[in-house]
Amino acid sequence: MTATTDKKLPHTIFSHRLANGMSLVGEPNNSVQSAAITLLVPCGYSADPVDRLGLASVLCDMVLRGAGSRDSRALINDLEVLGVERGESVGATQTSFSAATLADSLYEMLAIYSDIVRRPHLPGDQLDAGKSVCLQEIYSIDDEPSQRLMIELRRRTYPEPWGRSSHGSEAGIAAISSPQLTEHWSHYYRPNSAILGVAGNFEWEQLVDHVEELFGDWQVNDVPMIVEKQADMGAPHLEYDSNQCHIGIAYPSVPYRDPDYLRAWAAVGVLSGGMSSRLFTEVRERRGLCYTVSASLQTQLDRARVLCYAGTSEERAQETLDVTHAELLRLRDGVLPEELSRLKARIKSGLIMQQESTSSRSGSIAREWYHLGRVRTLVELGQLVDELTGPMINEYLESHPPRDFTFATLGPRPLELPREVS
Amino acid sequence: MKFRSHTLDNGLEIVAECNDTAHSVGLGFFVRTGARDETDEVAGVSHFLEHMVFKGTPRRSADDVNREFDELGAHYNAFTSEENTVYYASVLPEYQEGVIDILADIMRPSLREEDFDMEKKVIIEEIQMYADQPPFGMDDKIKELHYGLHPLARSVLGTEFTVGELAVEQMRDYFESRYASDNLFVAAAGKVDFDALVKQVESRCGQWKPALTVRDLPPYHSHSSFQCVARPASTQQYVLQLADAPAAEDDRRFAAKLLATMFGDDSGSRLYWELVDPGIVESASTGHYEYQGAGMYFSWLSCAPKDAAENYSRMSELQGVAQQQGFTEQELHQAKSKVKARVVLGSERPRNRLFNVGGNWLQRREYRSVADDLKALEAVTINEIEQVLTDFPLTRHTTVTIGPLESWPT
Repeated sequence: MTATTDKKLPHTIFSHRLANGMSLVGEPNNSVQSAAITLLVPCGYSADPVDRLGLASVLCDMVLRGAGSRDSRALINDLEVLGVERGESVGATQTSFSAATLADSLYEMLAIYSDIVRRPHLPGDQLDAGKSVCLQEIYSIDDEPSQRLMIELRRRTYPEPWGRSSHGSEAGIAAISSPQLTEHWSHYYRPNSAILGVAGNFEWEQLVDHVEELFGDWQVNDVPMIVEKQADMGAPHLEYDSNQCHIGIAYPSVPYRDPDYLRAWAAVGVLSGGMSSRLFTEVRERRGLCYTVSASLQTQLDRARVLCYAGTSEERAQETLDVTHAELLRLRDGVLPEELSRLKARIKSGLIMQQESTSSRSGSIAREWYHLGRVRTLVELGQLVDELTGPMINEYLESHPPRDFTFATLGPRPLELPREVS
Repeated sequence: MKFRSHTLDNGLEIVAECNDTAHSVGLGFFVRTGARDETDEVAGVSHFLEHMVFKGTPRRSADDVNREFDELGAHYNAFTSEENTVYYASVLPEYQEGVIDILADIMRPSLREEDFDMEKKVIIEEIQMYADQPPFGMDDKIKELHYGLHPLARSVLGTEFTVGELAVEQMRDYFESRYASDNLFVAAAGKVDFDALVKQVESRCGQWKPALTVRDLPPYHSHSSFQCVARPASTQQYVLQLADAPAAEDDRRFAAKLLATMFGDDSGSRLYWELVDPGIVESASTGHYEYQGAGMYFSWLSCAPKDAAENYSRMSELQGVAQQQGFTEQELHQAKSKVKARVVLGSERPRNRLFNVGGNWLQRREYRSVADDLKALEAVTINEIEQVLTDFPLTRHTTVTIGPLESWPT
């Protein structure tokens, strides 16, 4: 990164820990008109009881059905009048609430979100509606074969409960009762391990005061540790009546906090970042085998996987699988200097462009805090990328070659899966 | 923010919104061509050509194109619609010239036969992929039913048959007239060096020839019908609906956008409270889309097959109520707040501004700042909403449903 671009990046990221364990991280930027928050509440699908899969997902829907002094309708309407763009999602260990608005409305928006997580009504008479919303999501996935395939791939590659679908199961959702929902909320919606990331046009000191006032008296709660176990693998092929075949391949990688993470991420970038990457070039451009092929590194706190996807017509599926797998094996031979320099250029421009979205910054700093317990500025990240060399990545690939593959396929017929080559 | 524009001698226009405080620059070639400009013989050629543009030029192989974009750290792509084909890239300001060099070069592609044959396979894979996911081709079907033989009814992707039959010479002919210097323009937004941009474009595109290409803009006569298509393999039932709405050049489009927001936004709208919030549908929404000479409300509903008929009649009832009684001041206030915030939040990214600047130039050859759009939204009155309801009734529409239902329950 050049000296001129360094000046453009916000140099300061502040953090503050509340007495109850909640973390606040903020990146003020007075050149924008907006402010965005990402609130990570430590209630993920991994904590769903095995006979109530989908509990965190239903809870995430229900906390928005009235909170504090507002009923369901007033809550949504008031957020809209404030011009809030929002989104919620349930991950392995957290429920994420993200919201962005014009900077003037930041504190009003924050106050509503403190109601949502701390004082939800969880109205019993709307539980059926909340459950139906979540069930509808499950049904819709039946018509999205690529999504179904990736859910199956994650289930097969991670130990239980880390590879679960965030949507839960039909039976699990049907079994949820109002008291269970309230109990789960009171245990898991808690300040210890909660993280609030804020980015945009605001004053840090003022933000700290507001957050202390809104969240300072939130009561700490401890929850049991998650016990993991081997998933029931089952057959790797899912029958699906179509002329399309969907192929998933996963292999283990290192999580975000591992010192080798950046090298692992760069190696996946060579595989699938930009249109000159290996998978796009070899599978689509040279052979015309499919329209979509990709790989990405997905990290949880203590484990990570590279997940690859390709979708193609049935008659070309075997070749697509074989060529994709061969590219994963070829990665073991290392990356070329020119591949790395292209990747660095992409990463660095991506870092600079990231600050043009306060939503994306608030999410990034909150997640970085979750994984590392600290946040690096974009300048620091840029330096780390600069320091990356080909030999560093190749050394990593030598000690962590792509292997121990997990496969999943979905289509009219099973494919012949490659045997492990060591 | 400053708007700048310049026209080269060959008619190629350059338009830009320059913002010195931005960190990146968004640049694009906007070509005034799309499915509506095709004939039966070349159905799908605009989109296929978009793919072929990345397949190399006399100066660059396909690999060179992809590699050089990536070397600049560019975030780039292209898309084709009914009426335009857009090639765009976001880069750091120091790479403005580098990225213009690639974009301008690929606007004069080699269209080699062997690349054409290879890419045809990818296009057919893409057609099959879309045919296998919701709404299973019904987005094309509903346009055919609604617009009949009007060019807007044409499919962007084409079919396996039309693409399969297409010859490279046909694509070359189409290219000659549609990618002429007076039928495309360059748009830019963000930290643009405009004076340099003009020189950069002039030196690369100054020799391109105009072709006086015109788009056929026949008036349309929309139809109203209902069709149920059985697809036993689906789990959910999908309902798609098209209704006429203000077109791109119609000032009533701002009222139409707010109307669609009040009626069918994915949160806080009438459809949301009636159907989405109770969990009786997976989704239900209405949006406003604008084309040259035609606008549309596009509605979407998906739910369990057993509930489909009832949900559909609830949606129809809501349309009837809106048509009869209109909307309230409070609803309009809420919709304005929401849409205005979206405009401002979206404007922080140069890439988004690029599409806005380019879109306005494509549709109306006009520049509109963020402030202009906010003002136009703020000015909409409840009376104007009522007028739009009268002029473009929500209750007159074409509907197609697809899913496990063999026939629609009466």
